[in-house]
Amino acid sequence: MAHFTKATSVKDWFDQRLAIDKVEKVMMSEYWIPKNINFLWAMGMVLVVTFTLLLVSGIFLLMYYQPNVATAFDSVNYTIMREVDFGWLWRHVHGVAASVVFLIIYIHMFTGIYYGSYKKGREMIWISGMLLFVAFSAEAFSGYMLPWGQMSYWAGMVITNLFAGGSLHADGLVEWIRGDYVPAQAFLNRFFMLHVLLIPLAIMGLIGLHFAALRIPHVNNQDGEEIDFDAESKKYLAGDKAGSKVMRFANDFMAKDMMVVGIYLIFFFYLVFFHYDFAMDPVNFDPADGLKTPAHIYPEWYFLWSYEILRPFSTNIGLIAFAFAQVIFVLLPFLDRSPNTTPASRRGLFKIWFWAMLVDMIVLTAMGKLPPEGIFSTIGLVAALTFIGLWIVLPFITKMEKKA
Amino acid sequence: MKNNSRRGFMGKAFGAVAGIGAIGSLYAMKKSWDPLPSVKAAGFTTLNMDDYKENELVTEKWRGKPIFVLKQTKEMMEKAKANPKDMDRLIQIGDSHFMVCVGLCTHLGCIPGYNPAEESFLCACHGGMYDFTAEVTKAPPPRGLDIPPFKIDGNKLVLGEEGPEYKKMLEAGITLKV
Repeated sequence: MAHFTKATSVKDWFDQRLAIDKVEKVMMSEYWIPKNINFLWAMGMVLVVTFTLLLVSGIFLLMYYQPNVATAFDSVNYTIMREVDFGWLWRHVHGVAASVVFLIIYIHMFTGIYYGSYKKGREMIWISGMLLFVAFSAEAFSGYMLPWGQMSYWAGMVITNLFAGGSLHADGLVEWIRGDYVPAQAFLNRFFMLHVLLIPLAIMGLIGLHFAALRIPHVNNQDGEEIDFDAESKKYLAGDKAGSKVMRFANDFMAKDMMVVGIYLIFFFYLVFFHYDFAMDPVNFDPADGLKTPAHIYPEWYFLWSYEILRPFSTNIGLIAFAFAQVIFVLLPFLDRSPNTTPASRRGLFKIWFWAMLVDMIVLTAMGKLPPEGIFSTIGLVAALTFIGLWIVLPFITKMEKKA
Repeated sequence: MKNNSRRGFMGKAFGAVAGIGAIGSLYAMKKSWDPLPSVKAAGFTTLNMDDYKENELVTEKWRGKPIFVLKQTKEMMEKAKANPKDMDRLIQIGDSHFMVCVGLCTHLGCIPGYNPAEESFLCACHGGMYDFTAEVTKAPPPRGLDIPPFKIDGNKLVLGEEGPEYKKMLEAGITLKV
């Protein structure tokens, strides 16, 4: 048995039993972060804060929400919005955070792509991150069902129909997912379960994996420089803080991180208090009606780019293109054949690829929102083909890249 | 060595029991997500076909889905007769012909709108179009609207039961099973 001595303080009592000193060092003060970074490196912490906001506001919504097709709509739009004190605050925080979290995820993703933070041992960070993106997408979709408005119902109808697999006509699978011929009570109940339990559990597990994947390769830096973290941290601990290329996670890095979080939170609560409407589709303020399709069905802005890849093609080709768009980002570390881990600006053709991909996704997003008519149809088709084309050329242009 | 083989055996025995348990629980989980018997049982709708007027779309409800009923006009019948693909989709009751279809776009399940002046359907979601017999005329929908299982009973139509006329349509590939 381990030897315990009489504790000299409360801290010492805990330290003997839980090794809190050691844990603090491993997790915070001796977890080393490169100095050569910028504000884009704070997006991880911004995401943690946003996830916490979603969790807390979700807990309060959960206390009044009723997952029943007859009462769900009123429990949100009447009980929570009008009866519960500050119910509107939880709903607007939840709705705005659900939208903004995707903006930050996209910034976080494209930062990773720009600086090559998915290469040379950092593949698992990228893959776990993309799994988190999938889990957040499922979480956003299942949550969108819960107010049981017109957009909830019809988005539920359209998205579950995707599982019929076009010409495969797997209607049995669609009915199995819904538990009914159409979205109804069984559907609402199980998506409620997914939204408040199963997917959040998966997200928390994946966040653990995402952080664990960072430990060995460490955080990337602005030049993609390979840093000897052992040597640099020794230098730091020996007192040469200015000469070392690294700093402590806490409090050095956290201090800057939290400043970015602070600026973000001002922007966030400005949206919550003054512009929450952008996250609330007016069509969803009509109760679900299975006999009336809204004139235009479109997803929330963060799904528009992949929706636009589905839309210009016939059913089967559209589904294949859509499936391609959903999985292709996961394969980025393997499709990029260049050994260079440097910012895109120093990588020749990849620089053009990066900006073309970013602009193409913005174009797809814009076209996804517009009705599929005339010139918009054409632009959408070209942008969708460009998206697929860019991924096809990626291995070739990175293969040709000169070693830096 | 003796101990090792014992441990190995215990490991395999546990693996076998756990494997059977895992398969069993997956089966139970799958079945728990199936549509309930009460949902499946509430699946019949009877329509009185004398109630409909020519070129006036009526939306009925069957298994929670909208059902389009469109009584054909003389002009439509002439056009349909010229096009066997259209004619095959119609249901004859007495002297009248009816288009009876599930009103969900075969692309992704939105409800198309009917324009009586142009005698055609347009789906607002992705721009698919259908003619007055609900045969597809513009992609992305891969086929015409599906025809629900029906049985002709005098001047009545029972949805959810499979009559001989429906079975014939199914065999000829005019509709898919819904």
